Amino acid sequence: MKTTTSPGNSSDVLKDASMLKQKEMMAKHYDRLTNAEANGDKVVSTFVPGNLNELIMCFDLVNNLPEVNAIQSGLRRKSGAYVMEAEKAGHSEDVCTYVKSDIGMMAKGNIGPNGSKLPDPDVLLLSYTGCFTFMKWFELLREQYKCETIFLQTPYMADGKITPNMIQYMVKQLKEDVIPKLERVSGVKFDIDRLREYLKKSAEAEDDLVYILQSAKNKPSPIDAYFGGIYYIGPIFGAFRGTDDAIEYYRFLREEVDQRIAAGLGPVTPDGPMDEEKYRLVVEGPPNYTNFRQFWKMFYEEGAVVVASSYTKVGGTYDFGFRHDPDRPLETLAEYCLGVYTNRSLPMRVEMLTNYVNEYEADGLLINSIKSCNSFSAGQLLIMREVEKRTGKPAAFVETDLVDPRYFSAANVKNRLESYFQMIEQKRGGVKKEAAA
Amino acid sequence: MKTFVGIDLGSTTTKAVLLDENEQVLGRGITNSRSNYDTACRVAGQEAAIDARFALIQREFGAGQGDDAQTAEFFAALERAFRLEQFLEQLNDLEQTCLDQVKGDRFEKVADGVKQALAEVFRQLRDEAPTMFAPGATRKSDFFRDIAGSRYLAVAEDVARDASLAYELLLNVYDKSIIAVENRPPSDALGEKFKWALARATSEGAELDREFHEKVQWALDIELEETYLVGTGYGRVTLPFSKEHIRSEILCHGLGAHMMYPKTRTVLDIGGQDTKGIQVDASGIVENFQMNDRCAAGCGRYLGYIADEMNMGLHELGPLAMKSGKPARINSTCTVFAGAELRDRLALGEKREDILAGLHRAIILRAMSIISRSGGISDEFTFTGGVAKNDAAVRELKQLVKENYGEVTINIDPDSIYTGALGGAEFARRAAEGRIEGVEA
Repeated sequence: MKTTTSPGNSSDVLKDASMLKQKEMMAKHYDRLTNAEANGDKVVSTFVPGNLNELIMCFDLVNNLPEVNAIQSGLRRKSGAYVMEAEKAGHSEDVCTYVKSDIGMMAKGNIGPNGSKLPDPDVLLLSYTGCFTFMKWFELLREQYKCETIFLQTPYMADGKITPNMIQYMVKQLKEDVIPKLERVSGVKFDIDRLREYLKKSAEAEDDLVYILQSAKNKPSPIDAYFGGIYYIGPIFGAFRGTDDAIEYYRFLREEVDQRIAAGLGPVTPDGPMDEEKYRLVVEGPPNYTNFRQFWKMFYEEGAVVVASSYTKVGGTYDFGFRHDPDRPLETLAEYCLGVYTNRSLPMRVEMLTNYVNEYEADGLLINSIKSCNSFSAGQLLIMREVEKRTGKPAAFVETDLVDPRYFSAANVKNRLESYFQMIEQKRGGVKKEAAA
Repeated sequence: MKTFVGIDLGSTTTKAVLLDENEQVLGRGITNSRSNYDTACRVAGQEAAIDARFALIQREFGAGQGDDAQTAEFFAALERAFRLEQFLEQLNDLEQTCLDQVKGDRFEKVADGVKQALAEVFRQLRDEAPTMFAPGATRKSDFFRDIAGSRYLAVAEDVARDASLAYELLLNVYDKSIIAVENRPPSDALGEKFKWALARATSEGAELDREFHEKVQWALDIELEETYLVGTGYGRVTLPFSKEHIRSEILCHGLGAHMMYPKTRTVLDIGGQDTKGIQVDASGIVENFQMNDRCAAGCGRYLGYIADEMNMGLHELGPLAMKSGKPARINSTCTVFAGAELRDRLALGEKREDILAGLHRAIILRAMSIISRSGGISDEFTFTGGVAKNDAAVRELKQLVKENYGEVTINIDPDSIYTGALGGAEFARRAAEGRIEGVEA
C-alpha cells in the first residue's frame, strides 16, 4: 500500500495510502470552501472542539474551521506575519495566537492554504467547549461579518460527570435555537433521518480511530500518538466526520497500522521509519505548529515516541466508549460536545493522563505548555505534580506556542527535552541498581 | 595518571574541571566563551590542566608540609612566573599579528612609522609585564584580552603622541588582531613553560634545597592522561565530540551540587542566560526541574547589561547594591528594557544603590518563582552559577528563602561557577567505569 511521491519531490519519502487520501480530502475541501460563492454554497464557521459536523451537513453547509486555517498558516510559516498584523490592529501579545493568526489573515485578504480567498461565513456556530477565548473570537468575527451567530452553550464538567440535566439543556438548545437558525440560514429543512445516517458513518470511522490510537500500547508502538496523531485526528475532528471519505481514510490507516504491528515496526517520521524505541511518553498540551518538524525531530532523533496524548482528544473523547449514536441523534451530539478534553475538570484530566501513563506503559509525562493558550495551560503544573506522584514516573515541562514563531526557542526546548530523556535514563539506572542490590 | 574532564560551555564563560580517580578535583579552568566554543573549550581545558599541575606539586609536598611560609611563597611565585610566561607568549603573538595587519593603502605612507611605534608599544608592555605579575599586584581580570587590552590602549596613546602618529592607526591594528589572538590559545608546551617558570621562581625566591627541586620536578613529570571527557552547557551541541560525551547541563548541575554538598535536595543555578531550579534525590539524581523559557529576563546577562549601562564592572554591582538602605521596587527584569528601566529610575531621582538593590531583588524574585514551579525548596539548598558570587543577590535570596521556606541550610561554594563542569567530570568518571546507562565506556 505504498507509493512514492510524485517526481519533483526531492526527498524519497514513502507516502502511505492514508496520507495521500488525506491530502486529497483536504485539497478538495479547501476548493469547495473557496468556490463556495461561485457554487452557491452557504458557509458556516465553527470550532474544532465539539463541532457538530453531522448536523452542519444536514443543511448542506460547508464547514470552515478558523483554528485549522491558523494551523495551516503556522505549518506554512505565514502565521508570524499574521500575528504581528493582528498586534498592529491592537490585539495584545497575550491573546491566543490562533485568534491573532486568523485576524491577521483576514486583514491580509483572507487567502487560504490553496492560494484562493476564503469565503465570508453565512453563519457562526459556536458550540462552546472549555475555551473562553472562542466566545471572544466569535465576537470579533461577528463584528467583521455581521452574520447570524449561534451559541450552543455546553456546561463545563465541573463535577466530573454528565448529568441528564446537562443533556436536556443542550438538546433543548439544539431544538429551539440551533436547528431553526440553521434552517433559516441554509433554506434547508432539517431531516433527522439524514442526521442518523451521518452519525452511523461517524461511529464507523470512530471505531477505527480508537483502534489506531490504542495501537500505541504495542511495543514498539507503530504510531506516534502526538506528532503523527495530529494527522490522524484531522478528518474526524475536521469537516469529515460522518462522511464516506473519513471511513475510507481510517480503514486505510488501520490497515497500515496492522502491517506495522505485524512487522514489529515503529512509527513513520518525516525522516523515515524510526529505528529504536527508547522512550515512551505521554504528552499533554497542543503542539507547536511553526516548528512542527523541528520539534518532532527532537523526539525521534533521541528515540522518543509519544504513545498517548491529550491533544488527540481535543475534538472529542472516545476512550471511555463514546461513539456517535444514530438512535439518540440529538443527545449524542450533546454528549460529544460535553466530552471534549478541555471541557473536563482538572481531576478528570489528571485521571486520564495517569491512566495513559499506566496503560500505555509510558516512561513519564511531558507537558508542552502553550504560551498563549489559557484553556490548556491553567493548572498544568498541578497536573504534572499529581501525575508524577500517582505514577512514580518522572515528568517534565517545555514551553512553546501554537502558531507564534517568536515563542519557539529551539535551544531551550532541546535542552529541556534532552535533560528529560537523560533523567529517565538515570532513573532506570537507579531502579536497576536497586533491583540488583 | 588517569583524569576525567568535565567541560561546561556556558553562554558567558566556559569552565573545565579535572577529576582524579578518587573523585578529587585536581584542577579548574575558566575562560570567556567569546561565541567560539571550540577555542573556549581548549583554553578552559588547558587552564584546568595547569591548575592540576600546581595541585600535583602541592600534593607532592603532602598535607601540612606545604604550609610553611617559605613553601607557600614559592608556590605563589611559581604560579606568578607561569602566568607571566603565558602572558608574554600571547603578547608576542599579539605583536606579530598586529605587524601583519600593517599593510594596504591605508598604511602606504606610514607603514614604517606604525611598525616602529608597535615595536615601542610592545617593548614597553613586555617591560612592565613582570610588575603586573609581581607579588601583591592586582589584576582586574585574568583574561588576556582584559589585561593586555587596557594597557595597550594606554601605552599606544602615549607612543602615538610622541611619534606624531594618528592614534587611530594603532587602535585599528589592535582591533583587527585581538580577536584572532584570543581565539588562538597559548601553546600546549606546558612542560617547557613550567621549567621556565621554575627557573624564574627559583632565581627570585629563597634558596631551595635539592630535595625540594626534585619533588617539584617529579610532580611536573607525572603524565596526565585524559581518560574520558564529558561536555555540557549551552554550547555542548557544537562541541567536536560525539553524543555519548554530552550530558545535559541540568543533570550535571544536579550531580555537581550533590558532590559539593551531598545533602543537597534543591539547586538554584543562575547563569548567563538560564535560571534553573532543580530538585535532586539523595544520590544527586534529578527528580524535577524548571527553567526560564526563551526570555532571559533576570539572568546573569541582565546584570551585564545593567553594568554596561551604568559604566561599571559586573563585579562592582553587588557591592554598590549592598550599600542601599531602601531598595527600589522593580517589577520588570526584562533584559531588553533593562537600560530603559534604569534611566527611568535615575530620571526620577532614585539613588543608584537603591535601584541596584531593587534589581537584585527582582532577579531573585524571578528565580524564586522558577524554583517554586520546580517543587519548592527542600533542605539543603545549594546556589550555583556566576550570580552566586554576587553578595547583593545572595542577601536577597537568603531573605526570601527564609520568608517562604523557613530555616534552610543554604550552601554557596566559592567555586560554585564550576558546578556544571564538576558534574560533567563525575559523569565522565562514571562513564569510564561503565556505570552510566546509555553511555558506553
